Amino acid sequence: MADLSVNICGIESPNPFWLASAPPTNTGEQVMRGFDAGWGGAVWKTLGEPIVNVDSRFGAVDYSGTKVIGFNNIELITDRPLDANFKEIYEVKKQYPDNVVIVSLMVESKEEWREIIKRSEDAGADGLELNFGCPHGMCERGMGSAVGEEPKVLQEITSWAKEFSSVPVFVKLSPNVIDIRDPGIAAVKGGCDGISLINTIKSIIGVDLDTLVPKPSVGKESTHGGYCGPAIKPIALHMAAVLAKDPQINVPISGIGGISNWQDAAEFLALGATTIQVCTAVMHYGYRIVDDMIDGLNNYLNEKGMRSTSELTGQAIPGFVEWGELDLNYDLIAKIDADKCIGCGLCYVACLDGAHQCIHTQKGPCHAWHGKPDHGFGPRTEVKPAVWHDGGDTAMSHVPFVDEEECIGCNLCMLVCPVPDCITMEEVSQTKVKESWADRVAKSRT
Amino acid sequence: MNDDTSSKLTISPDRLEKKFADYKPLYTESEALIEANRCLNCYDAPCISACPTGIDIPAFIKKIATGNIIGSAKVIFEANMLGYSTGRVCPVEDLCVGACVYNDLNYSPIQIGRLQRYATEKALEKEVSTGKKLFPRNSRKSEKKVALIGAGPASLACAAYLALDGVEAVIFEKDGLPGGLNTMAVAPYKFQTEDSINEANWILQHGVELKTGIEIGKDISLEQLIDEYDAVFIGIGLGTDSRLDLPGSDGPGVWGATDLIRQIKNNPDFSLPEDLNTALVIGGGNTAIDISRELAMLGAEDVRMLYRRSRKEMRGYDHEIVGASHYGVRLVENVTPLEVVRHGKKVKALKVSSTISDDTFELPCDWVVEAVGQLKHVSDVSPEIEVDEMGRLIVDSETRRTAHPKVYAGGDCINGGKEVVNAAQDGREAAFDMLKSWGISPSLHGKKYFKSFFTYNGH
Repeated sequence: MADLSVNICGIESPNPFWLASAPPTNTGEQVMRGFDAGWGGAVWKTLGEPIVNVDSRFGAVDYSGTKVIGFNNIELITDRPLDANFKEIYEVKKQYPDNVVIVSLMVESKEEWREIIKRSEDAGADGLELNFGCPHGMCERGMGSAVGEEPKVLQEITSWAKEFSSVPVFVKLSPNVIDIRDPGIAAVKGGCDGISLINTIKSIIGVDLDTLVPKPSVGKESTHGGYCGPAIKPIALHMAAVLAKDPQINVPISGIGGISNWQDAAEFLALGATTIQVCTAVMHYGYRIVDDMIDGLNNYLNEKGMRSTSELTGQAIPGFVEWGELDLNYDLIAKIDADKCIGCGLCYVACLDGAHQCIHTQKGPCHAWHGKPDHGFGPRTEVKPAVWHDGGDTAMSHVPFVDEEECIGCNLCMLVCPVPDCITMEEVSQTKVKESWADRVAKSRT
Repeated sequence: MNDDTSSKLTISPDRLEKKFADYKPLYTESEALIEANRCLNCYDAPCISACPTGIDIPAFIKKIATGNIIGSAKVIFEANMLGYSTGRVCPVEDLCVGACVYNDLNYSPIQIGRLQRYATEKALEKEVSTGKKLFPRNSRKSEKKVALIGAGPASLACAAYLALDGVEAVIFEKDGLPGGLNTMAVAPYKFQTEDSINEANWILQHGVELKTGIEIGKDISLEQLIDEYDAVFIGIGLGTDSRLDLPGSDGPGVWGATDLIRQIKNNPDFSLPEDLNTALVIGGGNTAIDISRELAMLGAEDVRMLYRRSRKEMRGYDHEIVGASHYGVRLVENVTPLEVVRHGKKVKALKVSSTISDDTFELPCDWVVEAVGQLKHVSDVSPEIEVDEMGRLIVDSETRRTAHPKVYAGGDCINGGKEVVNAAQDGREAAFDMLKSWGISPSLHGKKYFKSFFTYNGH
């Protein structure tokens, strides 16, 4: 059994899985049920001056029959009285002393920050998370992402919080910026103890094609919301990795964005996160999903021979480099396993229309450039007419083959193939030494 | 399907076939979306090659997935005007569904027939509710007119494509109802008479005229039609049941299979006798399997199919044999019938002999049903049209034109008895050949024009 417990900014958590500040952490009763299910910590639904919410609030992207691959919301911070929230935080900490409760905060003036931080600490918060990310509603009032998008303001308010707080302060960043390092560095300069990212992405989730009102509709109108869910994971992973890689960011990271299972979580950990936070997947399936997250991560760590979560954190960072550092001499070609192939032709058409015309069938139009390989070097001078191959309707006639001379090793065929392990990318034996673009540029200078 | 023809053909609703539930009911929207989204959207998909009408199946399925039902149905009808009935009656397990690449992956193949039914049925409902035609009647009128003999699937398909391009199409049907075997013979758990008549009515409303109760060779001659029309399409199907003429077979309790099926499907006055316990069905084809299953489903206690060889030699589809067995139909292999034994007027037993030994024995029964094929009645039509040794009309395999330049033929009368979908394809090919020969470019011709090929070739 691997040790899943983590220490982040001095806070001990039984595992790296936290509930993100969102509807699943709206009340004490919910948070306690979350802890019962196995969540190591919870970031309380953002506290501030209680607001009024609208109906409806959520929208989703479904894709090819899969529900909620993306999700957005126009809900604001807590709409419940602060007294009730603090009372429940106190109760939760009393009953679940080993679980982490971080209180998310969003207020305006310095005095308000002082006041709300004091009350949070009094209630027993293990840490604070400054919500500088919410991209809708609150930013119009000068809070949320209005702060996150202004590094100077972010730094200033972070320093206030640090001044008033005796517990660790996390800054939750907005992804709605040009370079995530700007607010990240500002947060560090402001003295934060940790960074949580990402908050939601500004979005319009869709348009109702009957009413022509954007979604989610509030009567005959809508507004932009914050986008989250599985579809945003790659954006979040990149931002987490950029900060983890940056030597100026010397604080731990709590990764957020589209995490639905232990594999997603492990990827965030590998790219530098110490804890991870989940919202959308819980809104979709409930707190129970943490069971497999704990179990799956544990089994994975055991298989990898890692004794603890912390051994995984940052493991993928050395391999995350600039494009210019990649090896230009590294060669791959696609291999199609004819025994596994079911003849769907998806690799063929993907390569034909979307890549480099290197896959052919024995039956069908062959657009092979029956000439010399010329990828990327001037116009194709040896273009020959497309040829119609007719291999008849034999069992093999639908099995495509790869022109290995022409294959540029792009992965596209493998990605679209519906059969597991049917198309594999194989390394061409290396004869040349590694040479990157940066190497070439450096050489040309000398 | 359409409410705008006052002369709409109908049938009495009180028939034995109404007892059968639809074995593959119309998908709900969510069922259709789930199934449509499972489709891999193969390139040069094997299901298309497996379809006699070459419907672009992945295209219509993806249109279902995007909620484009009208577009989906049009893809189907452009290739097959009988796309609604074929979606329900095609032996898809042996055609498109059998070719689905998921079979090779040991996944459940896409239920193409059910999706096709969904797209066509929903689109036709929409046509009625919105009043917007899928295929508005062509404003261009040609001077040409075509006579079609027999109102079965082949003629209906042919007439539809002709009418859509402004050709006057007149169908002559000797019976009272159109639809051919879709009306008279298709298993009632797949497709019922109303469904077939509705489909025929839908086709007729595109400008096809139907004349019922007119038999060629009796009321009007083929020569007369050839004289009066620019072309004639023969879609007369097959004749009545072939009979074994066994000793004792004259009298009640011995049936020809298609006659019995037609009683169940179309005759409001027909019912099974209360004391029908054992029915023996002679034959190993799909008609034998159909009537066996229908009798079993209607409550006959003991239904057995008698076949002269073993199961693996039976012509019937394997999935149909399995389907019938679920209703208790049993198979007696390697026997050949000798004589119907009667007690007074009533059938008592069928005397059979083994084909693999010298045994002869009696199988007690109440009914004997002979499902041993149908007669070819082509020679009734005209001695002028050439017929092969199997009694099938001889046509050009691409154009469906007979040796007579004005006469085309399609459906069971040229193939000896295949599927509705084959008939639909024959009708379409014949229609296109007629149109082309008159210089009319078929507006629903599905072939695509690859401009890029010509560019590469320097044209």
